[in-house]
Amino acid sequence: MYRYDNYDQTLVDERVTQFRDQMTRYLDGRLGEEEFRPLRLQNGLYIQKYAPMLRIAIPYGMLSSDQLRRLASIARRYDRGYGHFSTRQNLQLNWPAIETVPDILGELAEVQMHAIQTSGNCIRNTTSDQFAGIAADEVEDPRPWCELIRQWSTLHPEFAFLPRKFKIAVTGASSDRAAIQVHDIGLRLWRDDEGEVRVRVLAGGGLGRTPMIGDVVRDDLPWKHLLTYLEACVRVYNQFGRRDNKFKARIKILVKALGIEEFRRRVDAEWEHLKDGPQTLTPAAVEAAKTHFPEPERRPVSDEAIAAYEQQRQEDRALARFVTNNVTDHKVAGYKAVTLSLKRRELAPGDVTSDQMEAVADLAERFSFGEVRVTHEQNLVLSDVPVDQMVALWQALDELGMANPTVGTLNDIICCPGGDFCGLANAVSIPIAQALQERFEDLDFLYDLGPLDLNISGCMNACGHHHVGHIGILGVDKKGEEYYQVSLGGNSTDDASLGKILGPSFYREDVPDVIDKVLKVYVESRHADERFLDTYRRIGIKPFKERVYA
Amino acid sequence: MPDQQPTVARTLLKKGQPETDTWALSRDSEALPEQRPAIVPLALWLDAKEDSGLAPWLPSDTALDSELAKELASAPRIAIDFPAFTDGRGYTLARMLRERFGYQGEIRAIGDVLVDQLYYMSRCGFDALALRDDQLLEDAQRALGAFSVSYQPGVDTKEALFERRLREGNHS
Repeated sequence: MYRYDNYDQTLVDERVTQFRDQMTRYLDGRLGEEEFRPLRLQNGLYIQKYAPMLRIAIPYGMLSSDQLRRLASIARRYDRGYGHFSTRQNLQLNWPAIETVPDILGELAEVQMHAIQTSGNCIRNTTSDQFAGIAADEVEDPRPWCELIRQWSTLHPEFAFLPRKFKIAVTGASSDRAAIQVHDIGLRLWRDDEGEVRVRVLAGGGLGRTPMIGDVVRDDLPWKHLLTYLEACVRVYNQFGRRDNKFKARIKILVKALGIEEFRRRVDAEWEHLKDGPQTLTPAAVEAAKTHFPEPERRPVSDEAIAAYEQQRQEDRALARFVTNNVTDHKVAGYKAVTLSLKRRELAPGDVTSDQMEAVADLAERFSFGEVRVTHEQNLVLSDVPVDQMVALWQALDELGMANPTVGTLNDIICCPGGDFCGLANAVSIPIAQALQERFEDLDFLYDLGPLDLNISGCMNACGHHHVGHIGILGVDKKGEEYYQVSLGGNSTDDASLGKILGPSFYREDVPDVIDKVLKVYVESRHADERFLDTYRRIGIKPFKERVYA
Repeated sequence: MPDQQPTVARTLLKKGQPETDTWALSRDSEALPEQRPAIVPLALWLDAKEDSGLAPWLPSDTALDSELAKELASAPRIAIDFPAFTDGRGYTLARMLRERFGYQGEIRAIGDVLVDQLYYMSRCGFDALALRDDQLLEDAQRALGAFSVSYQPGVDTKEALFERRLREGNHS
């Protein structure tokens, strides 16, 4: 993974010094609340409902074991001994004291981490495919490109005060696992007939109050122009994005207002001046970025060992369930990627204790070259596990409570922190997730339902991605009371779609029954092996509506 | 700050150093002030640009095309207004004046100009910073030098860090 050189290290160290100074000026009154706000946000610090929240950047979801150990010790020392992995592949601490944040950032800098631009109206952490570099369907490893984007966007002098936040996601595989169609800018790396990398650039996707699927601005951008083209896109947004209404300030509103043709025309006009400028990438620059992501030195796994693994899998039903749901094929024979489920009833989705973080760091070193990845579904991944170690890893994960064989099922709920923590939320979300996990815990039932994304957001900011859940649940506030709106048919992958609202919202205690009815309609109506999403697309929302509101 | 009386900024940082400001700033969009030299709204300046004691200030929503840039080329200095410190359009305007239209004169930030924006402003081509009245000079000078390294090229450096690394050879 990417390792800092002196320049990177100097920059994050100077950032800590800068923030310490800003914090001092805030605490002694030289810096007002309003003026401090964007400064703290661009260092990840929110002032929340009950306590501050610090969002730590995990660039494109990649962590080393020593970084994870440091996160564990920070959570223990400065917080309450746990952290929350978010849908943007970051880690959030829910209870740090404001005045300790410069010290936390200092500790992060020691392990090449930071909280730069994890919030605020600027370019945020670039997200990507959790199986980058190991997926069998990958045409180009997105990580070096993500790193180039990270550097370009970090402390970009022109784009620190955009109209609103700006999120970029990148995929280099044929199946999109990075939800690029619902980001401000989505990038898909592909190869042309000559084998050269090209970039499809989408703009104007996003969730929140006005969810939209991104439009293609440019289909075949040659790789060397990636950064200048991004700069042109963001510059057009900076100049023309609305600043009079924060709910209409995202780039999606601009793209929609102008139309994609006019938006493209403006971007191209801007790009004319930037193209071939000093940010044009060279083969040497890309090569240098790629050297940070070498293939790990995987020892060969023999055919006999692979056969033995397959044998064990057939003989042990519990192992088979784990492998079917939580293990992903790898481009190298004899290796697998293993998803560690952070969805268990004892803890909120995405929450991990410091002890567990340390245990995962140990497992990463023992089984997967000391690297861990964070997924936007709020799970963790060990990306390079030899199959002859699978049983040992599985048993260790079981002891840790991270072997729930439910990845990709109804139980693998994406969920924001909601009203229990977040100052923006209209309603709680974690208790809804827990009630659903309790109601639908029977594994055979979950497997029978097949792949099912259920996403919960506590407000329309949509951190829980409810619009793109096959089933989405949104907390709404009506005259001070919490209600829940259910939508169906959303999807974040290649054939992305936005969910349609089922009808009037429900009381919190009725949500499990409502979901039960929705599932019954699916089970009764589905064709053999048809996914929930496909049944919904075939029969439409009406039968679901009729059952739920009968 | 719809102050109708022309004011002389109390603190001006010019290329990082404090300087006594001799230019009055007028926000009156109806008529030119009596004082000279004075920075006046762009629209008024365009009709009076032969007066060498006048310079324009640009609102943050100025559409800066090559036609306007041609007019501005003769301005003795150009100010760009920050109506609120959260309005980031002025950064783009300054970069375009410097990098696209090659403006060599002073580019001055006016309005809601706070200590913690100065580093970004200086990278975008502002060489004169008319701080908001309540801002402290020593904080400002410290903030200007907050970073000794940057990833992107800007008006201050023409080389992206990825190129500089290659030029210098691998180091760690």
